[in-house]
Amino acid sequence: MPTDRGTPVLRARGLVKRFPGVRALAGVDLDLHPGRVHALVGENGAGKSTLIKVLTGVHGRDGGELELDGRPAGFATPAEAQRAGLATIYQEVDLLPLLSVARNLFLGREPRWFGLIDFPRMHREAAEALGEYGVHVDVRRPLGDLSMGARQMVALARAVSARARVVIMDEPTSSLEPREVHTLFEVIGRLRGRGIAVVYVSHRLDELYEVCDDVTVLRDGHAVHSGPLAGLERLRLIALMLGRDMSEVAREGATTFAGAHDVAGGAPALTAEALTARHRLRGVSLDIRPGEVVGLGGLLGSGRTETARAVAGDLALEEGRVAVAGLPVRGRGTAAAIRAGISLLPEDRKHEGIVPGLSVRENIALAAMPRLSRFGLVSERRVDRVVSTFMERLRIKATGPSQKVEELSGGNQQKVLLARWLALNPAVLLLDEPTRGIDVGAKAEVQRLVDELAEDGLGVLLISSDLEELVEGADRVVVLKDGAVVGELSGASVTEDALVDAIARGEASPVVRDRSDGGAGAAPEEEVER
Amino acid sequence: MSTVTERVPGPGSESSRGVPVRELLQRHGALLVLAVVLVAAGVGLDGFLTAGNLNHVAVGSAFLAILALGMTFVIVTGGIDLSVGTNFALGGVLAAWASQYGSLAALALPLAVCGAIGLLNGVLIARARLAPFITTLATMLGAWGLMLSVSDEGNTTYLVPDGAVLTSLVHGRLFGVIGYPLLLVLVLFVIGGIALSRTGWGQNVYAVGGDERSAALMGVPVARTKTAVYTVSGLCAGAAGVLNAFWLGSGVTIFGIGIELQAISAVVIGGTLLSGGYGFVSGSFVGVMLLAVIQNIINTISGLTSAFQEVVSGVFLIVVVLAQSRLSRSRPRA
Repeated sequence: MPTDRGTPVLRARGLVKRFPGVRALAGVDLDLHPGRVHALVGENGAGKSTLIKVLTGVHGRDGGELELDGRPAGFATPAEAQRAGLATIYQEVDLLPLLSVARNLFLGREPRWFGLIDFPRMHREAAEALGEYGVHVDVRRPLGDLSMGARQMVALARAVSARARVVIMDEPTSSLEPREVHTLFEVIGRLRGRGIAVVYVSHRLDELYEVCDDVTVLRDGHAVHSGPLAGLERLRLIALMLGRDMSEVAREGATTFAGAHDVAGGAPALTAEALTARHRLRGVSLDIRPGEVVGLGGLLGSGRTETARAVAGDLALEEGRVAVAGLPVRGRGTAAAIRAGISLLPEDRKHEGIVPGLSVRENIALAAMPRLSRFGLVSERRVDRVVSTFMERLRIKATGPSQKVEELSGGNQQKVLLARWLALNPAVLLLDEPTRGIDVGAKAEVQRLVDELAEDGLGVLLISSDLEELVEGADRVVVLKDGAVVGELSGASVTEDALVDAIARGEASPVVRDRSDGGAGAAPEEEVER
Repeated sequence: MSTVTERVPGPGSESSRGVPVRELLQRHGALLVLAVVLVAAGVGLDGFLTAGNLNHVAVGSAFLAILALGMTFVIVTGGIDLSVGTNFALGGVLAAWASQYGSLAALALPLAVCGAIGLLNGVLIARARLAPFITTLATMLGAWGLMLSVSDEGNTTYLVPDGAVLTSLVHGRLFGVIGYPLLLVLVLFVIGGIALSRTGWGQNVYAVGGDERSAALMGVPVARTKTAVYTVSGLCAGAAGVLNAFWLGSGVTIFGIGIELQAISAVVIGGTLLSGGYGFVSGSFVGVMLLAVIQNIINTISGLTSAFQEVVSGVFLIVVVLAQSRLSRSRPRA
């Protein structure tokens, strides 16, 4: 599928990368053209991250050629790639939170004055550079004081002001608010205008179609498709990524949630009343019946995660009661909540969930140990039984129970975590962004699992920034804003439009309303990402 | 154009303009305490706030200050150097032994040997990726053994010949007031301060301590930077050993045991985070002076033994670390 768009800035031919036991890249071609945004898609484990790391000198390559401006190139270190004009923004914003914003921006190329760093000039230039990205902060403050969105912009400004020819973004929007995504897209537009080639990696297909010109689909270390994105149907793109038949994808829908669940009557599985925590929650109440999936909607920072943490005993409350099946949770803290039958799957699975160095078996059994032991001694037989049950039931792909969790894909890690909590036999399951950062296939499986669990009579609280997932997965959606409930949708009224509307209405503050007074049919104040 | 303007959640966590209070406290807390202690001791104790006594205090802790300087770089990278204590003792013995061959030899030999031990630390930690704690514990034992073999298991004490140039220099005073060791310390700290805060190398030191992986991805030469800080720490230990040998007139073998822990305390009291990525050289100087002043006060007060100083230092360290963790917890998280 070669196109005649002149010489690519960066051309890769037949890239091969082997890791012990696997061929992560099996001869991948990639052409990046100036002024075009190139989407890189594929399931987790398809080779996207490896490809980026091979391109930017983090990993060495085991075969293939790389050309920069038509000349053979190869980078031994990230620094070399940077000097050659390849700027990368890695998935987890990789900057230094303790250093000032300006220092992060200029690290390695500080303006000098007689060999010493010229701080006044550095601060001035940093403020100017960030202004272009819509970030207006005191650049002398530590980066850690900034929101994730602003940090991402700093990372971007850092990459681009290094006179980059190619800018690579690995999942840049995974921690951004819709407003910030909008700013990011504006910046990408400007990069494109300046003739910079952009590589854009994301699991969010809507974003790809909004911002990308070309696409390369990776599967199992091969580039299975490459070409313009515009003519490519969304269904076909998903089919390419999954290596599945298109008709099969169409039949299953974009998400794999079934319709409404049979919600049992009687006592709610969970009742939370007037949860209040200073600055975070202002009297949030909700209940979940057995077999029901309740979604929590709202923007980042609206109190969704805090609500889940409060219910799970992980957030100190000034006020509020939590009851499971009508019985109030006795005591405080996570241990009390777990005893009462509440399990929380946290948002940040890397830092708050899995223990990477331990095996699948140990990770699953971790929380259930007290239940699996007698007189303080662990029964190996019972642990084995529980582990094999859940590995089978959740379809966890691992070489065996003894494989280390860090070697599994993101989706399987998430399933291991889910298994850990299910091993406790909970009555209520709180899922905070259960499908973030995992590939399409695993996402579908996790969604199907949520359905199955609800059918088994669990009460499920689902938090997701993916509106589609929320709408299709939840029977009811409670909308939060600034730590308070501002709306609820149920039954047939749970639609994406209604949800966007509810969030937007909740968000409209008087100040914003003044601004949009301008004309009839003014745009909604917050552009909710969909 | 949409903007990403920072909204800091929660009121009261920050002064409306300029640097937040918590940051000022973290930066200058030790200085504040030092000032209070000096004033209180000046009012309460006769003969404390005299130039003679203050000079005595400062010069007496000059070697500790030099060790703390090297340690500051190491701790800012998130590491630790336990070998400086015995390295310092080894440097002193080598300086005293070499002084029979002249001042240059007495200066060069300890710096070369101690610098090499620092370099070894750096290479093992940065290239072989060993843990700093274990590596420097091993070289601490190694340096100790080396010193014992040089001094016939501590039975030989080398004396600095009378009238050596360095001896008179070490005991001399600028304008008859400021001891030259103090002057040396000040010069080294100014150089160290500039190196850490105003050079690209210093930025790399902070970056490595902030997050090694991120620093590597941002193009920072992580291994080279780490090797450099341990070498600097070794050189500082050697320099402090030379100073001490000529101050005492001999290479004393037991002096320096456990002094690495005092150096670490001084650095931490000075506001540098043990977790790395944050700290400053001036704070370490203040930390050293604070420890020295407290010792001086305890020695002055009759009825208190100097052993009591360790208790006070220990309590002080806990208070500082507690305050630090409180301060960093009050950081607004967006």
